[in-house]
Amino acid sequence: MSNVGIIMRRELASYFATPLAYVFILIFLVLANAFTFYLGGFYERGQADLDPFFTFHPWLYLFLIPAISMKLWAEERKSGSIELLMTLPVSLPDAVLGKFFAAWIFTALALALTFPLWITVNYLGSPDNGAILAAYLGSLMLAGGFLAIGSCMSALTRNQVVAFILGVVACFAFLLAGFPLVLDVFRAWAPQVLTDAIASLSFLTHFESIVKGVIDVRDLLYFAMLIGFFLLATAVVLELRKAD
Amino acid sequence: MIRTEHLTKHYGRLAAVEDVSFQVGPGEVLGFLGPNGAGKTTTMRMLAGFVAPTSGGASICGHDVAAEPLAAKAALGYLPEGAPSYGEMTVRRFLAFVADLRALAGSQRAARLAHVIEHLQLGAVLEQTIDTLSKGFRRRVGLAQAIVHDPPVLILDEPTDGLDPNQKHEVRTLINDMARDKIIVISTHILEEVDAVCTRAIIISRGRIVADDTPAGLAARSRYHNAVSMQLEEPQQLGVARAALAALPAVADIEVSERDARLTALPRAGATILPAISALAARTGLRFKELHLESGRLDEVFRTITA
Repeated sequence: MSNVGIIMRRELASYFATPLAYVFILIFLVLANAFTFYLGGFYERGQADLDPFFTFHPWLYLFLIPAISMKLWAEERKSGSIELLMTLPVSLPDAVLGKFFAAWIFTALALALTFPLWITVNYLGSPDNGAILAAYLGSLMLAGGFLAIGSCMSALTRNQVVAFILGVVACFAFLLAGFPLVLDVFRAWAPQVLTDAIASLSFLTHFESIVKGVIDVRDLLYFAMLIGFFLLATAVVLELRKAD
Repeated sequence: MIRTEHLTKHYGRLAAVEDVSFQVGPGEVLGFLGPNGAGKTTTMRMLAGFVAPTSGGASICGHDVAAEPLAAKAALGYLPEGAPSYGEMTVRRFLAFVADLRALAGSQRAARLAHVIEHLQLGAVLEQTIDTLSKGFRRRVGLAQAIVHDPPVLILDEPTDGLDPNQKHEVRTLINDMARDKIIVISTHILEEVDAVCTRAIIISRGRIVADDTPAGLAARSRYHNAVSMQLEEPQQLGVARAALAALPAVADIEVSERDARLTALPRAGATILPAISALAARTGLRFKELHLESGRLDEVFRTITA
């Protein structure tokens, strides 16, 4: 098995060694369903789709994903195990990727456990399952983006609470960039190009088009590049500050 | 072969390690000594590739730590200070994880794991999580992960810290067993350890090497080297004995401890005083409970050099 795989497996097992994983999954499922039925009006809309479910994912992830990513590197620093890991014959990219993939797979698992909703909507009507699959993919990409940002924030500190707060703030900035509230401020004076550039950086812009069932290569590329950028940033931060 | 050349590490304006150069060959057990904060751990971290030097460089078995980090790390077994590990893992899983990253596979992997588990007596705690282990066991788990791939070079940062005397003895035996064909560097502030396991000692103070010698060579720098220490049977003879010793031309100084009627006669540079003192005993009728020749006191040398 490759080093990425070995590190990923260890990391995944460590999630389930503590109650953290179970608590996280439970809260994620409860909140996801609560949002869907109460805020999203799943029944009242009278439409057989999962829009009310996916619409709230960015907000759900805003707080839950940094809770996963905060421990990625901060914990290694705190306990000193980073010195062990970094002196084993493992390259830094392997370690960064292994940990990131473990967190991503864990999130994917939590997301997959929302399948009863999918069964429900299929029981109640005949939804566009292709669109639902696309939305799941979009949600997973969104989670990956949040996790990559969180990984970078976690690498900056040895304190998990600080890592959490930095993660929420950074993710919030990326979410907010697509909001009319923010964009209108720029629209008033900035050239269209700049407004578009800011909007194009936002999670929401790209996420919403995927959730509508439109898989555009550009949206996928956006998330892939975002993840790549922040993982690279994680590696750079670690290289500079791993022993601090 | 471990080679460092002008290894230097600055943290801001603080020079943690300054121009450290040395070589260690197979069969050598190098003790790295120094007061807390002298730069021992920083030097070891640079050797292990965890901290990048400000200038200078190090190589492990011909692999430059900066240019070929993975090859250098593969040749190295490293016990970081405090033996950090993953607390939520069981000992078995943790060692298996390290063995996997060390690219051990198949029957060799199983044999090496069995070997370290047996030698470090971890059999009883294999299924326990590392968090629940005592300090001594954690240290042994750290040692086990350092030697699991049978590396030609071992760097151990305070391997016996926190162990009880029995465990210390076991670890020293283990190090001595491995010493024949390996290069071992240990850091310690326990001076008896230097005598017990090291063939060579480097003393580092304020980031600089201040002594590089064999333990015997270091002891010879002591003012107690070739001193004669004696304990009198009758404490009231202390004054007589002291006067008789002071009359000997080769004796430079005398230290007296009234509590246990002990005298220590220090020789002039290069002089031998034991025969003269034995003769003195016969001549004056002084009776000794104990009389012995000192080889030198490492703690005294250590204090003199690093103060």
